[in-house]
Amino acid sequence: MSTNLHEAVAGAATATATMSGSKMLLEALRQEHVEVIFGYPGGAVLNLYDAIFDGGISHVLTRHEQGAVHAAEGYARVTGRPGVVIATSGPGATNLVTGIADAMMDSLPLVVITGQVATTLIGSDAFQEASIVGITMPITKHNYQVRTVEDLPRIIKEAFHIATHGRPGPVLVDLPKDVTAAMGSFNYDAPVRLPGYQPTIIPHKRQIRKLGQAIREAKQPVILAGAGILHAKASKELVSFAERFQIPVVNTLLGLGAFPGNHPLWLGMGGMHGTFAANTALHEADLLINIGARFDDRLTGNLDHFAQNALVAHIDVDPAELGKNVATDIPIVGDAREALSMLLKEPPSSQDAGPWRERLQGLKKEYPFWYQEDDESLKPQRVVEMIHEVSAGDAVIVTDVGQHQMWAAQFYPFLKPRQWVTSGGLGTMGFGLPAAIGAQVGLPQKPVFAILGDGGFQMTLQELQVLKDYELPVKVVIINNFALGMVRQWQELFYSERYSHSLLPSQPDFVKLAGAFGIPGVRIASRQELQRVLVDSMTMKGPILMDCRVNEAENVYPMVAPGKGIHEMVGVRP
Amino acid sequence: MNRILSVIVNNKPGVLNRITGLFLRKNFNIQSITVGPTEVEGLSRMTFVIKSEDSRIVEQVMKQLHKQIDVLKVSDITDSAVVARELVLIKVYSPAPQRAEVKHLIEPFRASILDVGRETITVEATGKSDKIEALIALLRPYGIKEMARTGLTAFTREADTVGEVAKINRNLVI
Repeated sequence: MSTNLHEAVAGAATATATMSGSKMLLEALRQEHVEVIFGYPGGAVLNLYDAIFDGGISHVLTRHEQGAVHAAEGYARVTGRPGVVIATSGPGATNLVTGIADAMMDSLPLVVITGQVATTLIGSDAFQEASIVGITMPITKHNYQVRTVEDLPRIIKEAFHIATHGRPGPVLVDLPKDVTAAMGSFNYDAPVRLPGYQPTIIPHKRQIRKLGQAIREAKQPVILAGAGILHAKASKELVSFAERFQIPVVNTLLGLGAFPGNHPLWLGMGGMHGTFAANTALHEADLLINIGARFDDRLTGNLDHFAQNALVAHIDVDPAELGKNVATDIPIVGDAREALSMLLKEPPSSQDAGPWRERLQGLKKEYPFWYQEDDESLKPQRVVEMIHEVSAGDAVIVTDVGQHQMWAAQFYPFLKPRQWVTSGGLGTMGFGLPAAIGAQVGLPQKPVFAILGDGGFQMTLQELQVLKDYELPVKVVIINNFALGMVRQWQELFYSERYSHSLLPSQPDFVKLAGAFGIPGVRIASRQELQRVLVDSMTMKGPILMDCRVNEAENVYPMVAPGKGIHEMVGVRP
Repeated sequence: MNRILSVIVNNKPGVLNRITGLFLRKNFNIQSITVGPTEVEGLSRMTFVIKSEDSRIVEQVMKQLHKQIDVLKVSDITDSAVVARELVLIKVYSPAPQRAEVKHLIEPFRASILDVGRETITVEATGKSDKIEALIALLRPYGIKEMARTGLTAFTREADTVGEVAKINRNLVI
């Protein structure tokens, strides 16, 4: 895959040349240094696939368009580069919708190319026609329909620019079939000109000074570090900032890895299933410095009880986030890395926040994430811990959505950025397996674990064939509790144990299923078996599926019940 | 209260759709909307009148509008010195015996008669919204058969915002 890439980039045309729309797209992708496309062919993209047939850029064929877009998300998350997707018109395009919405919520840079019926047929309810531009308007950062081949190079260039600059996000480009067939002149040298899109990167000095002053006056400061740190590649600066001013750090779910999980200033994840120490810090702080998080309701709990006594500073590259959910006293628009670099020049604090820090560190030790080991059954939390052990903390962990996702977030301490791929904002079941494919394609040398629930796995399991096709050594770990665990947990706690349609007593045999895809599968019911298989899996050249039969009654704790403030946690200890 | 938002956008297909979609998400009912070209080719001005009591939601909508790639400038001009006008066409019941009375009535509004039928006349008036409301109230007792209002179009006095945007447009190379 990588050898193809370098040849392709070396052979990129620079001067103006006449070519078809399809060739233009491929040439533009080369100039954007795209190394892989995730896609699925169909009638309206036949011209594009004919151009792809010539080679130069790798293409991963998934088994469903949703798989392609989630794979592109996983790729984007671990590489920091835009994921590229191609799907055909109509159903091909509508199958992308969930993944596009997911990327929009989690700010992942995607360039999504959809085929469209010929311009002469648009609006006539032609075969496989859907108005994907209309459908995706609210779930893309921007979208385009290319009406003439002359516009194609400019639009592709703009699409990459918009997807990757400022707050990243998905951009969709709809390509009618006659446009990809038409000949035109290709020139990719013209600079992008978008007067309506000028994100503020360098923060305002006065606001930075204001925050500097607030830090000097604060006795109980806390940093809330979100995925904006990862997008801005600002982890090092975050560590320096926290250390210089000795401020404890809370991560959001998506921000995990932005601050080392073994650092003494780290309090863990905040929010609904976060640590008691992190939530206490958010609740009692007198200065809350939010860097690149968006105050999601799963983090804040009931807003009436959130950071009520705190001065709130919020650094975000997207001004629309400031004041959206939580009133902000010190709004700072700009790139997280730029803001942190400027803040590092502020004089150190005069206040002694030592007692505050020590108290929080005490809470962190006193109330760690917990579960009760038993000899009868395999505990799901133990599965995550053992994955952490065999991978020496260095694996890429991809999850689906639900209980297993929370356990992975709780029991795998992430030390570095880009180790953690999960669907946070949209909470998309079916995300995990295809996202792991994308992550492994992006980081071929890294061990990648797809930790999935038995429910989510069944939503996109057809993508197992992709693991086989490309011999991707993804380790698929199914935390199998024969239930939609998180739904079951809520029904147990808040719906009087009325388990309405959340139990899955009848299931395919996942081991045989893996076999049908040509992938080794193992059923695991004990720690000893798990240990053996995990160790073996680390040296395997290809994929493996582990069907872990875990304790079916296990719940995720601690927990902030819906409608409660984050200080009202239940299950903070056994 | 009613707020007037003035938005400068690229004149492209789909832009109106993008913008009204944002109002939908915040459940804003648009009282009126006008769209038309500005003095700069390729740019349109949209004037929205929306009803909102919550200034934070208005601010949020403005920020969301500004996020749109095709939106160049968003201003809440409610509290600014503005020139604001709308146009109304009213077909009012007016048989021959009443016609002189109606004509006399609309005179102070500087309204004009565009069309005369057997039983109706069609009146055109331009002005601020309160003037239009007053005219409608006066004519209502006679029987309004049909009415069409354009909605408000407006800009601030003196400062020529579109010109500024055009300047950015010309000089800007990223």
